[in-house]
Amino acid sequence: MSAAETAPTTYASEIRAVGLRVRAGRRMAVNELDLSLGIGVHGILGPNGAGKTTLIRCLATVLRPSGGSVELLGRKPGGTDLRPIRREIGYLPQQFGFYSRFTVREFVEYMAWLKEMPKAEIPEAVQRAIDRADLTSRADDKLKTLSGGMVRRAGIAQALVNNPRILLLDEPTVGLDPAQRMQFRELLRSLSSDTCVVVSTHLVEDVANACTDVVLMREGRLVFQGTPETLAAAGSESEAGDSPLERGYSALLGRAS
Amino acid sequence: MSHVSGDLVRRYANGDKGIPADQVWALEAHMETCASCRQLLASHADGIAPLLDTVWAGLTPAEVPAKRRRLSTWITPAGFPWIGMTILIAAIAMLLDALTVLDTSFVLLVAPVAPMLGVALAWNKNADPMYELVAGSPRAGLELVLRRTVGVLVVMIPALFLAGLPGRVSPALWLLPSLAFTVGALVLGLLIGVTRASVVLAGVWLLVVAGPSLAEQNVPAVLHPASLPYWALIIVGCVAVLGLRADSFSRLLR
Repeated sequence: MSAAETAPTTYASEIRAVGLRVRAGRRMAVNELDLSLGIGVHGILGPNGAGKTTLIRCLATVLRPSGGSVELLGRKPGGTDLRPIRREIGYLPQQFGFYSRFTVREFVEYMAWLKEMPKAEIPEAVQRAIDRADLTSRADDKLKTLSGGMVRRAGIAQALVNNPRILLLDEPTVGLDPAQRMQFRELLRSLSSDTCVVVSTHLVEDVANACTDVVLMREGRLVFQGTPETLAAAGSESEAGDSPLERGYSALLGRAS
Repeated sequence: MSHVSGDLVRRYANGDKGIPADQVWALEAHMETCASCRQLLASHADGIAPLLDTVWAGLTPAEVPAKRRRLSTWITPAGFPWIGMTILIAAIAMLLDALTVLDTSFVLLVAPVAPMLGVALAWNKNADPMYELVAGSPRAGLELVLRRTVGVLVVMIPALFLAGLPGRVSPALWLLPSLAFTVGALVLGLLIGVTRASVVLAGVWLLVVAGPSLAEQNVPAVLHPASLPYWALIIVGCVAVLGLRADSFSRLLR
C-alpha cells in the first residue's frame, strides 16, 4: 500500500470526453462525442463501423484526437509524457499478434516490462494475471500452440498485469466458447467494484450479463447511455429482435437514423 | 472484562444497519483486543468466506518456476531473422569483394545502408506482430526505438567491420554515413513509417550512389574522407528533429 493508492480522487469520472473527434484514415470515425465513464463495466455497443475501435484506441492514447478533449483519471493525456497515465491503463486491442517463440508467461512478462513495472514485482504479477485469465495450466506453453480463445485470454492477462485503473477491452469475447464467456463475465464482475472497464462488443448478450452501463454508438456519435434495464425498456414489441435488449437496441438505433 | 453479547455479534456479522454507531465503535474496539469474541464473530462469518479467500489468494505468493529464459529487451523479439539477413548481405558483399577485382569495394557500398535495414524493424507496424500492444505501453516512444536501434547497431557494426577486413575497407569511411542513414530513416519514418523510409533511402542510395559507382569503378565522392563533415551535420540535424518530435513514436504511426 502506498499513499498514492489510498489518496482520494480529485476527478468526477475516470474517463471524460467532451466534443471528441478522432480520425481513422480519412474518415472522422468518432465525431463530437461527449462521454463520461466512472467505476464499473461499460459496454460499448454499436453496429460495425460505429467508431468503437477508434474510440478505444483514442482512450488507450495510441491515437491523438483531432478535436475536443479527453481526460483520463482527471489528467489530459496530451503533451509529451504519456507514461504516468499509460501505467494506469490496461489495453487489449481488437487484433494483436505475438512473437511465435514466446510462451504465455514470457508474453505477459514482456508486456509487464513494457509497462515499466518494478522488476521485483513482475514474476508474481504475471502469475496472478495468468491465474485470473484462467491460463494457469498452459502458462509455459508456446502461444502458437494455443487455440484462438486461449490467445485472447493471454491478451486479457496482459491487460490485467499492471492492475490498471482503466481497462480497455476491444471485442474481448471473440473466439471464446460459451463456458469461457461466462468465466469472462465473472472476471468483469469482480473488476467492476474498483476499475473503470470499457468493453466494446457487438453482442448484445455480453452487455446484458456483465455490464453496469451501456453506451450505444452510431456513426461516431453517442446515441444512448444508461443501464441495461433502461436499454431494454426503450424497445417495444413491434421492434426487431429476440430479447428485450435487442429490441431496445434496434429501437434506439432506428430512432437515431 | 465484559464481552460482547452473542446477539450483537450476529447482527454485526450480518451487516445490520440498526446498531447504534457508538455500539459498533465499542464492539470493534473490543474485538481488536479480545480473541474469544473474534472467534465468535468468525463463526458467523460464512457469508464473507469467499471474499476472504480472494484476499488470501491475492496475498499468498504465487509459485514461480525457477527456470526461465531471459527476455531480450534490447532487440525486438521479432528482429533476429532480420538481423541475420543483413549480416548475410554483408557476408555476400565480402565474398564478392574477394572474387571480383574491382576498384570499389562492395562492402563499402553496402555498409552505409545495411544497419538501417536492421533498424527498420525497431519500429515496424507490419513485421512486428505486437506493434499495437507495444505502441500503447508506457515504455513506447523514442527511448524504446533508440534502445532497439542500439541493439541492432551493436551487432551490425562489428559484423560489417569484420566483413571489410579482407578488402581493407576502413570503417572510418562508412561509420558516419551508416549512422546518418539510421537516424535519417527514423526521421523520415515519422512521416511515412520507418520501414517504408528505410526502403526508400536504401533505394535512393543504390540508384544514385552505389549503382553509378560500380559502373564507373570508382569510390563515390560522398564516401571520400572530405564528405564526412556533411554526414556529421546530417546526423546532428536528424537527432535534433527526433528530439523535437519524440512523442510521435508513442502513437500509432502510419
